[in-house]
Amino acid sequence: MALNRDFVGRTYQAGAPYEVSRVKIKEFAAAIGDPNPIYRDRDAARAAGHPDVVAPPTFPIVFSLQSGGEALTDPDLGLNLAMVVHGEQRFEYTRPVYAGDELVTTATITDIRTAGRNELLTVRSDVTTVAGEPVCSTYNTIIERGGAA
Amino acid sequence: MTATVKYDEVEVGQELPAVDYPVRRRDLVMYAGASGDFNPIHWNERFAKAVGLPDVIAHGMYTMAQGGRYVTDWAGDPAAVLDYGVRFSSMVVVPDDDQGATVTVSGVVEEKLTDQRVVVALTARSGDAQVLSKARAVVRLA
Repeated sequence: MALNRDFVGRTYQAGAPYEVSRVKIKEFAAAIGDPNPIYRDRDAARAAGHPDVVAPPTFPIVFSLQSGGEALTDPDLGLNLAMVVHGEQRFEYTRPVYAGDELVTTATITDIRTAGRNELLTVRSDVTTVAGEPVCSTYNTIIERGGAA
Repeated sequence: MTATVKYDEVEVGQELPAVDYPVRRRDLVMYAGASGDFNPIHWNERFAKAVGLPDVIAHGMYTMAQGGRYVTDWAGDPAAVLDYGVRFSSMVVVPDDDQGATVTVSGVVEEKLTDQRVVVALTARSGDAQVLSKARAVVRLA
């Protein structure tokens, strides 16, 4: 079933700020198999000139889709989640994510299009601190296989 | 907060050595837990096959993370990565054995920008398939 184009331009705000913890960064680094001490050890991070433990470049995937996620499960969108695979992903940084950050994400559905038999949907998530300092933007394109068939 | 690779010592066209990263079922279970992406296509063979996939496939984000690791290890500082984007061009099929799959990442310095920044173009392969395309990282060097 084709996706509902009325969703393009809709914006979603996460309910509560996401608190970046050292423990979560360490867990994420372990899950991607990266032993870098800057992801685990505050002293190592500080010795390298960082205020605290740094998050790996792809870490914002953990929280940046939470606000857009509610759109994807909205029955009016018509998305069959079982057929979804990841199409494209990009992280654009103003500054790194550090342990201790309290981050707010605003997600916008920027595009819905058809490519062959598939439907493609792109969400941009703008991430700032609770004080409004920009941190990063993420761009996520999902593919609904056979969605346009 | 400084990369260890020096901007002045890098040339356009310079190739970065390839690195192999293993992808086993256990890695996908850990990644599901850490990322919160519990889509059963990444851990449940029965479900994956029922929706027309050959077998369990890796999270695209797991593969992307290996590319990220490749770049941060090269640059010497995770905070040096200013921009990182990929297209997931092929699935990484992960069989239920001890070996799993292997993703091989290599890179080339594609462009030198202002402010000590360079563009690194990444290639990621698993078996015969190119699993990432349009994979680019902008990195600030020393």
